[in-house]
This record gives sequence, C-alpha cells and structure tokens, in this order.
Amino acid sequence: MDVEILARLQFAFTIAFHYIYPPLSIGLGVLLVFMEGMYLKTGDKIYETMTRFWVKVFALTFAVGVATGIVMEFEFGTNWATYSRYVGDIFGSALAAEGIFAFFLESGFLAILVFGWNKVSPKIHFLSTIMVSFGSMLSAVWIVVANSWQQTPAGYHIVGEGLEARAEITDFWEMVFNPSSIDRLSHVLSGAWLAGAFLVISVSAFYIIKKRHVEISKKALKIALSLAIFASLFQLFTGHNSAQGVAETQPAKLAAFEAHFDSSAAAPLYLFGWVNEDEQEVKFGVAIPGMLSYLIYGDASRPVTGLNAFPEDERPPVNIVFQTYHLMVAIGMLLIAISLFGAFLWWRGKLFDYKWYLYALVFAVLLPQIANQIGWISAEVGRQPWIVYGLLRTSEALSKAVDANQVLFSLILFIVIYLFLFVLFIYLLNEKIQKGPEHVDETLDTYTQQKQIFSTKN
Amino acid sequence: MEFTFDLNTIWFILIGVLLAGYAFLDGFDLGVGTIYLFIKGDTNRRLALNSIGPVWDGNEVWLVTGGGALFAAFPHVYATVFSGFYNAFMLLIFMLIFRAVAIEFRSKQPMQWWRSMWDRAFSVSSILIAFLMGVAIGNIITGIPLGADKEFQGTFLGLITPYTVLVGLTTVALFMMHGSIYLTMKTEGDLQEKTKSWVNNAIIFFVICYTTVTMATLIYYPNMTLHFVENEWLFLVAVLNMLAIANIPREIHHGREFRAFLSSGAAIFSLLLLFAIGIFPNLVLSDPNPEHSLNIYNAASSQKTLGIMLTIAMIGVPFVLAYTISIYWVFRGKVKLDSSSY
Ligand code: HDD
Ligand code: HEM
Ligand code: HEM
Repeated sequence: MDVEILARLQFAFTIAFHYIYPPLSIGLGVLLVFMEGMYLKTGDKIYETMTRFWVKVFALTFAVGVATGIVMEFEFGTNWATYSRYVGDIFGSALAAEGIFAFFLESGFLAILVFGWNKVSPKIHFLSTIMVSFGSMLSAVWIVVANSWQQTPAGYHIVGEGLEARAEITDFWEMVFNPSSIDRLSHVLSGAWLAGAFLVISVSAFYIIKKRHVEISKKALKIALSLAIFASLFQLFTGHNSAQGVAETQPAKLAAFEAHFDSSAAAPLYLFGWVNEDEQEVKFGVAIPGMLSYLIYGDASRPVTGLNAFPEDERPPVNIVFQTYHLMVAIGMLLIAISLFGAFLWWRGKLFDYKWYLYALVFAVLLPQIANQIGWISAEVGRQPWIVYGLLRTSEALSKAVDANQVLFSLILFIVIYLFLFVLFIYLLNEKIQKGPEHVDETLDTYTQQKQIFSTKN
Repeated sequence: MEFTFDLNTIWFILIGVLLAGYAFLDGFDLGVGTIYLFIKGDTNRRLALNSIGPVWDGNEVWLVTGGGALFAAFPHVYATVFSGFYNAFMLLIFMLIFRAVAIEFRSKQPMQWWRSMWDRAFSVSSILIAFLMGVAIGNIITGIPLGADKEFQGTFLGLITPYTVLVGLTTVALFMMHGSIYLTMKTEGDLQEKTKSWVNNAIIFFVICYTTVTMATLIYYPNMTLHFVENEWLFLVAVLNMLAIANIPREIHHGREFRAFLSSGAAIFSLLLLFAIGIFPNLVLSDPNPEHSLNIYNAASSQKTLGIMLTIAMIGVPFVLAYTISIYWVFRGKVKLDSSSY
C-alpha cells in the first residue's frame, strides 16, 4: 500500500477513535452543570450524589480524550508535513488558540471538579463545573473552525508558486467565520450534547429496569431527556442548514450525498439505496422525486449540479458518502422520535411504565455515537480528493520524509494500543456503572473515611 | 550577528517561554515518574501519584500549546522536525498515551498485578518521555541533514549518537532531581525521609551528566558558544545556572524544600536559556549544509499571522497564569488521600 492510503487510514482511525470521547465530555459537561445546579438550588443531597457519580464517569472519558487528543495535535506534522507548511499560517493559529483559550481552562478547572470537593466551597466547585463545560465547548469551537476553513477556505490568499505555494491569512475574522463554521459548529455541539444525554439516559434506564438506585435514576433520566429533546430537534435544524451550505459551497459533495450525477435534471431525495458508481445509478432506491431541488431552491423541477459537471479526478467516492450521510439522517430522525415519544410519556406521567421503551433507551446510547462517526466520514470523504477544498489535494499533502513502512508500522501500533484502551475503557465504565452512585458520608471522621476508601476504592 | 527585536524574535522568545514553562511544570511530574518505582508500598505510591494528580494534565497542556504555537509561528519547523523525527515522535506519542491512562487507571482496580502493571507503565513512560525530549534537543545542537526543500534527509538511527544520548540522559537526571524535590515538598514522615535521599542521588547523577555534556558541547559544538564569545555579558546566564544548581543541596540541607524547588526551576530555565542563546536565530541547524538551516525568518508564518497570534497570546496568557496559580494555590500543602483521590 502506498503512503497516501496508509496516512489517510491512520488519520481516519486516530481521529475517529478520539472522537468517541470529546462528544461524551462535552455532553456530560453540560449535564453536570444542570445536576450540580439543581443541587445548589434545592440543597437535595440526591443531586449531589448524582453529580459525584457522573463526575467520575466524566473523568474517565476525559482522560482517554486527552490521551488520544495529543496524538492529533502532532499528527499534522508527522504525517501531513506538506499540508502543515501549506496551511500553517492559518490553521496553526486556530490550534494555538485552542490550547491557550480552551485546554488550559478545561484542565485547570477539571482539577477542582474531580479532586476539589473537599478543598473549595460548593459555589466555587459549581463555578469550576461551569468552566470545564465551557472550556470543552470552546475547544470544539477552535478545532471546528480550523476544519471548516479547510472545507470552505476564506480570508486568505496564496503566496508563492508550485512547491513553494502556501496560504496566508488576509482577514482573521473572515477566516474564523468562513462560510461553514457556524453551521458545523452548532451541528457538532448538538451532536455532542446528544452523545452525553443518551449516555445518562441509557444508564439511568438500565438502573430503573434493574430496580437499583431508582429514585436517583428517575431524576437523572428526566434531566438528560430534556437535553435530548432539545438537541435532537436542534440537530435537524443545524443539519439542514449545513446541507444548504454544502449545496452552495461544495456542490460536488452535495451531489455525492444524494448520488446525483446528471446536472440537467431535477434531483430527488433518497431515503435509502445502493449506488453503482460505474453505471451512475442508484439501485434498490426509494426516493421522493424533485425533493432535493425543492429543499435547496424551493422549486421541485429546477436542475441541481450533478457529479458529471466535475472532472473525474475531482469527484469524491460516491457510495460511502451516500450511505454514511443517509444513515446519519435516519438516526437523526430516530433520535427525534425517541425523544419526543419520551416527552409524550412524561407528559402523561408514564415515562417509566413501559419496559420496552426503557430497554430501547438502554440501547439508544449507541445511536448518537454512530451518527457522530459517520457524520464526519460523510463530511470528510465528501471533501475528497481535496484536503483543502479546491486548493490542495490530499495526495500532495503528505510528509516527504516519511515512507510507507513507517506509517504502516505506526498504524498497526495505533490499532493494537487503541483496541486495548477501548477494552479497558469499557471495562472500567462497566465497573463504575455496576457499582453505581454512592453516598459519601461526610459525618464520619477522616480515619473511617480513609478506611472505607481503601477497602472499596476501585 | 545583528539583533533586531521584531515579531519573529518575539515568537522565538514566546515559544521558548512555553517550552520552558513545560519543562518547569511537567518536568516535576515526569520527575516523580522517573523515581516512582523506587517508592515502595501501595499507600506511598498513591500519595506520590496524588501529589501530581490534579496538575499533571494542566502541565502537559504547555506542551500541547507549545506544539500549536510552533505550528502557527514556524510551520516549517513543525513540519520538518515532526516528519523528520517520525519514529521518535511516534514513540513519544505512545508514551504520552500510556502515561495519561496509567495515572488515571492505576488505582481503579485493587488487584496487585493491575497496579504493578500500570506502575511500570507510568514510570517507564515518564523516563522515556524525558529521554526522547533530551535526544531531540541534542539533535538540534548537533544539527541534522536538511535539503534545500527544507525536508529532513537523514535516517532515524542517525539521530542517535553518543552526544544526543548524553543530552537525553541529562534531561532524565534533571527531571529526576526536580521531581524528587517536588515530592519532598509534598510529602511528610517516612516517605519524605526517603525522597530526601533520592534528591541527593539525583543531584549527583545530574551534576555528572551536566559536566560531561558541557565539556562535550565546548569541544565538539563550539558554534553553540559563538554568541557568548561575542557578548561576554551573556556569560552571566551560565554563572546563574551554576549558582542555581549549587544552591539546591544547600536549601535541602536546611529543610527549605520550596526554595530548593525554585532553585531547580531556575536551573531548568537558565539551561534552556543557554540553549536558546546558543542556537539563535536558528531553530533547526542543518548539518552538513548550514545554508539550509531553518531560522526564525525562513521558517516563519507571515507577519500578519505573527501579529494576530501575539494578540491572542496577550489576551490568553494572563488567564492561563491566573488559572495555573489558583490551581496550585487550592492544592497547596502536603498531599492527603480522600474520597476523590486516585
Ligand atoms: C468537537 C470537538 C473536538 C474535535 C473535533 C477534536 N477535539 Fe480534541 N478534544 C476535545 C474536543 C475536540 C475536548 C472535548 O476538548 C477534549 C476531548 C476529551 C477531553 O477530555 O478534551 C479534547 C482533547 C484534545 C487534546 C488534549 C488536551 C489536553 O491535554 O487537555 C488535544 C491535544 C486535542 N484534543 C487535539 C485535537 C486535534 C488536533 C483535533 C483535530 C484533528 C481534535 N482534537 C478534534
Ligand atoms: C473529530 C472529528 C473528525 C472525524 C471523525 C474526522 C474524520 C475523518 C475521516 C474519516 C478522514 C478520512 C477521509 C478519507 O481518508 O477519505 C479524515 C481525514 C482528514 N481530516 Fe477529518 N475528521 C474529524 C475532524 C477533523 C478536524 C477537526 C480536522 C482538522 C482540523 C480534520 C482534518 C482532516 C485531515 C487533515 C484528514 C486527512 C486527509 C484526508 O484524508 O482528507 N479532521 N477525517
Ligand atoms: C437530523 C438529521 C441530520 C441532518 C439533516 C444532518 C446533516 C448533515 C450534513 C449536511 C452534514 C455535512 C456538513 C458538511 O459537510 O459541511 C453533516 C455532518 C455531520 N453530522 Fe449530521 N445531520 C443530521 C443528524 C445528525 C446526528 C443525529 C448526528 C450525531 C449525533 C450528526 C453528526 C454529524 C457530524 C459529527 C458531522 C460532521 C461535522 C460537520 O460537517 O458538521 N448529524 N450532517
């Protein structure tokens, strides 16, 4: 295999693995603010126990998020050196801003959130919780801005020619608010809220089914469900905005989303299908005729730019983009259905009465995770063959000093190590869940507390 | 050499400050890792881990931000060094991963084998991280083969020479000293008595390495001393460095751990300053073709970006200092284990 494929595989694998954790950290962070806020407001110990339990889970996801995030920070330099030279002027500042504004904030206040229960007053602790949550969202801001610039470049000019060419910034704010930043940021954040909300929902539903920690779980489930109701609807809204943005700025990607080849025809909207790229048609598809044209232009008969309008070497792979995109949208609709049905039951006072619904909630934790992963795949593969849309090809962005064996070897190591990490993560998470929320008795003297910690600590 | 105080120079200094902050802060928690396996008994090890528990992640952010700043200010250095030292960086990355999860996972299970596995992972990764960083610095001093296209043209094995290994060892020794002083500061009783004896051993180890490196540099890499020859005031930095090191055993002897810690911090800062003065205005020396060296001009981003980044830094740095100081303030004093400990 050549360096390009290997480097792409490695990047895709490491970022996809990293991206299991940030959404959980971001989503849980928001919920922790609600939980601890309830505690401060009501003074009810049950919310404190709840917060402490989820802080432990948060610390676990955060740790793996940090460990895998450091890889990403360096991988641009190790595997994509030419790209780094090309975009450093622009991309680097976003990455540095992320470090200065977001990571310091997160990691600093995380210390108080996790270790500071007995060191600071409840108010200061709550402030730290807010800061950690805010910091994690801020880091999403900068990294998504950087990524959006690479999808829809703005506020730059090209200096030098041939091998020496590189992008230099002309307008910082135009770079930050490039055409896709806001749409993608809101979509990514809301996907992260869904990931966190459904983790809490799933674990709470599990406890309710097992009749353990029932009181606390009912309260936690309601908090998380409220966020899920909002975020699932917001997801549709922001996703729709993204799609309209893509139609305007990356027409080849949009055409791949819907496997639309013929530029002279109105475009249908597929519910599902299988794309045969050679014959340029969709097999086994079910579509609403003219619907895509209608969504974009408000006119069902207006033609939409198809893939045939682009030279062969400027088209993304179609089927994978089509499938991942459609599955994401399907999951989005399913999440809306699940959340709204929950809202309905809640309103009727029957939220916890149906076993099958609770079981569905237990498994629903996987849905936002899958959607987050494949959402990125459709956005990133849909951008191919460009690494910076319209400016730099992925094949030209590699490190010249690195050969295929080196990348292959590191890729294999990443796979082994990450699988190991993943198994450990699931194992420890499961342990935490099995053990459940527990109340720490502050009235005991320090010695007894210590003894308890040593005997039960895990 | 002419010294002009422009944006490029400012960024040379700022990146130096970030990396020095990293060496000062992460230096002590890596240092705790280097002596960690000498600590016997589960409670003692947990005390050691918890002494760095709340702060190690924040310390590592100095490295992450330093990396980001290097990418932004001198993209060619970021690209050349990271791709050129590919295998070494991958090893470093794997060690950083293991270290982060070892700290987090270790105390989560009571089994003996589980804990000793993560204990080893934590210690070995700390030692290797320190060593690899030293080797990288060593290679900057010796120079590496660069082409006209700014790309690295050497091999992985070419990076490992007696000199670079020596700089690696010196870095391990330096952090060992720094970390054991930190532990002395944070612990009490038996454990503190033990750590005190490690401080002394670490100082001896460091002084031996340091003297050897200094001699080797003077003999083989006299280019590092050019600026000192041109401007003898700069020699004060070297004097300061030696005084800082000599002051450590004195403060330890008098039981003033905090001052000893500041002294070893001063030693770290002045060492890095000597290094920075030595290479300025270059960032990566090219050997054998010095005209291909990457310096603060041919490797830099545009003036516009350097200016924007300076604004970002001026807004951000006060916040960073404020958080850092408050966190250390909240967690001041001797470590105690409680329900939220590792
Ligand atoms: C949507 C948000 C998001 C996205 C797209 C990414 N990250 Fe991430 N990253 C986070 C959100 C995040 C976070 C929420 O801030 C993390 C994850 C879990 C955590 O604990 O902090 C984090 C951790 C994290 C860390 C460790 C920070 C520390 O030491 O505290 C680094 C260096 C990076 N990330 C770098 C990257 C890079 C270079 C990415 C792109 C290629 C990237 N992340 C994608
Ligand atoms: C965190 C969520 C992200 C996910 C899940 C993701 C996913 C992917 C995937 C699947 C690929 C492989 C595409 C292919 O090989 O065809 C890829 C490539 C890439 N992405 Fe992303 N991406 C994410 C975020 C980012 C961000 C934030 C950036 C930049 C700041 C980025 C920059 C790149 C680059 C440089 C490549 C390699 C070149 C390429 O194959 O296009 N990605 N990403
Ligand atoms: C409800 C229907 C949904 C629609 C219409 C939709 C639409 C879109 C579109 C058009 C993109 C591509 C944006 C681009 O390439 O610039 C995208 C990307 C993405 N989607 Fe969705 N989406 C939906 C649901 C979801 C859900 C439920 C999740 C996760 C919980 C999700 C997560 C993502 C992610 C992580 C990306 C990549 C980041 C980005 O490009 O913004 N989406 N989505």
